[in-house]
Amino acid sequence: MLESEGVDSIFGYPGGVLIGLYDELEKSDIRHYLVRHEQGAVHAADGYARVSGKVGVCLVTSGPGATNTVTGIASAYCDSIPMVVLTGQVPTGLIGNDAFQEVDIVGITRPCTKHNYLVKDVNELADTIREAFHIARSGRPGPVLIDLPKDVLAAVTNFKEPKGPVAMRSYNPTVKPNIKQLTKVIKELLKAKRPLIVAGGGIISSHSSQALTDFARKLQIPVTTTLMGLGAFPGSDPLSLGMLGMHGTYRANMSTGDCDVMLGVGVRFDDRVTGKTDTFASQARIIHVDIDPTSIRKNVPVAIPVVGDCKATLDMLNELLAEENLGDIPEKREPWLGRIAQWKAAQRLAYDQKDVIKPQYVVERLCAITEGKAIISTEVGQNQMWAAQYYNFDRPDHFITSGGLGVMGFGLPAAIGAQVAAPNELVVDIAGDGSIQMNIQELGTAMQHKLPVKVVILNNGYLGMVRQWQELFFGKRYCATNMETQPDFVKLAEAYGATGLRATKPEEVDAVLRKGLAAEGPVIMDFVVEREECVYPMVPAGAAITEMLLV
Amino acid sequence: MSDEQHVLSILVEDRPGVLSRIAGLFSGRGFNIESLCVANAAQEGISRITLVTWADSVIIEQIIKQLHKLINVVKVNDLTEAPAVFREMALIKVSAKPEFRAEILRIVDIFRCKVVDVSAEHYTVEVTGDQGKIAALLDLLKPMGIKEVARTGITALSRENKNGH
Repeated sequence: MLESEGVDSIFGYPGGVLIGLYDELEKSDIRHYLVRHEQGAVHAADGYARVSGKVGVCLVTSGPGATNTVTGIASAYCDSIPMVVLTGQVPTGLIGNDAFQEVDIVGITRPCTKHNYLVKDVNELADTIREAFHIARSGRPGPVLIDLPKDVLAAVTNFKEPKGPVAMRSYNPTVKPNIKQLTKVIKELLKAKRPLIVAGGGIISSHSSQALTDFARKLQIPVTTTLMGLGAFPGSDPLSLGMLGMHGTYRANMSTGDCDVMLGVGVRFDDRVTGKTDTFASQARIIHVDIDPTSIRKNVPVAIPVVGDCKATLDMLNELLAEENLGDIPEKREPWLGRIAQWKAAQRLAYDQKDVIKPQYVVERLCAITEGKAIISTEVGQNQMWAAQYYNFDRPDHFITSGGLGVMGFGLPAAIGAQVAAPNELVVDIAGDGSIQMNIQELGTAMQHKLPVKVVILNNGYLGMVRQWQELFFGKRYCATNMETQPDFVKLAEAYGATGLRATKPEEVDAVLRKGLAAEGPVIMDFVVEREECVYPMVPAGAAITEMLLV
Repeated sequence: MSDEQHVLSILVEDRPGVLSRIAGLFSGRGFNIESLCVANAAQEGISRITLVTWADSVIIEQIIKQLHKLINVVKVNDLTEAPAVFREMALIKVSAKPEFRAEILRIVDIFRCKVVDVSAEHYTVEVTGDQGKIAALLDLLKPMGIKEVARTGITALSRENKNGH
């Protein structure tokens, strides 16, 4: 059944109630990746799903196995990642008895899954699995959990493969947008003097970055992306403004405060993007395209709502555009693009590389050496923001980050999943010394399954992002953020049988990167960086997005 | 924007946990539930939930969209938008001392409700109507001493077009 859903890889961890299922799995063609902690399995399935475009699958046992997946599921839910999580459960007769390793995982994950099931009858199993995959990958994608009691797993039934598309009475996401709304969108954008596109993760999950790029170029509209949208529009295109938001570029954030029409596609306008919502683009008419109606008018007022798949919408918009005369666009756009160029010239992303390694320098060199082609995963905090700012993403599906939930410890297991999906590509986890310690045990998974992921640690001995807030807003009182006590990451890598390298001076950075990236198998590269470097620009929490603290 | 009362009629698939999904949605997102009334609908396997909430126009839009997003929810109607019939039933256990008995029965008669249980000291009154009627009855019975009240919460259906078109 799983095979017929296109599953070729599963990330999991066995346990008491799953022994029988694992015994069967061994006989199938599905490859199983044994993680070291169930949280790692979910993040790996997340990374796998993003790179492969397929549904990520994990398999864990009941009780603690199931509860350990919750953080990963919540992260995948926030980031709209298609995933099916199979959890073992105690036999149906024992459910509710507080049995050994029993937990109500369906109850626990109800608010952080797109949907979930407890299968009580083996005859419902096949339909449930089919429905789960359908729900996970359609509409706004998301994680679906199926709880499988031991006796249901052991039961034998006459399996008849269900055929045809899944039909559900109560679930029919709107894919094709309303054409009337689209004509309004075209009219509005043709009229606009200072239009701006805000592109998000929806572009990536609907595989519409080419359609978006065509559309933006035809109309000469500058594009800024959210963190989840990095790679949705080529970062090196002259129309690209980089990322917007709390740590967005000066020109991107200033543009939101000056545009007259804003087209948001596949974004949800969360608080890290908008800053203070009352002032966010309050001068602009906002057009909002999203497949999830709840995203529209949740955080910002919208003039033209469009419910639909980003790909379907952009394809139709491109068709409508073909009928328009766009000859005067370049001339019309000149003043607006000129103003943006001025912002760009006034404030660039910058740092001053002196005697101590700057974290930004490491990311910039990594980008140069890999020619911007690596698949990058990140942990969460300063490392994530520097990766977003200083690695240039020209293609979608190459930046993997826990954007919504912000899970420290995400990067290494996600890189492992990405490597499974793309065995021949270079996968690099950009990490901090704090985050990497949250799921460092997954180095064992990478070793066992020969997945050559590379880890770049920007090591400042602090929980850097919290320290930055303490420096700026709490009188430099660094409570509970000093993490100088840490393992020797080089020796730690070696203890796992991986390669460990370290750079302590700027002139060593290139050599370590080149050697580490070229080495076989998993590698940890430990870069000892400026301890108190901050991420700039920064918009203080609750301030307007155009009120940035600059370097 | 001020909060207004909305009566939502929600058709759901009759599956385990569906009520918990709806209740969890309201508590998790900070919406409020004033009353909730759940029972089988006309179609087999479908239940009707009548839910009363207070919200401004932005929040009610979110509530309805979020309800639609739940996989087991088939249909959501805001009955405050169109003509509808609203009813609630209440059982009121009122202290019935000999000197008040006649008065209580007169009130019961005027309100067209029923006494459904009698004891030496109490009457239990069954009343059906809109919220105003139940509130008025409770007000009148209050001086006699109300011991317990059980209310169903509002249940409602939209009105059909009178002309049959």
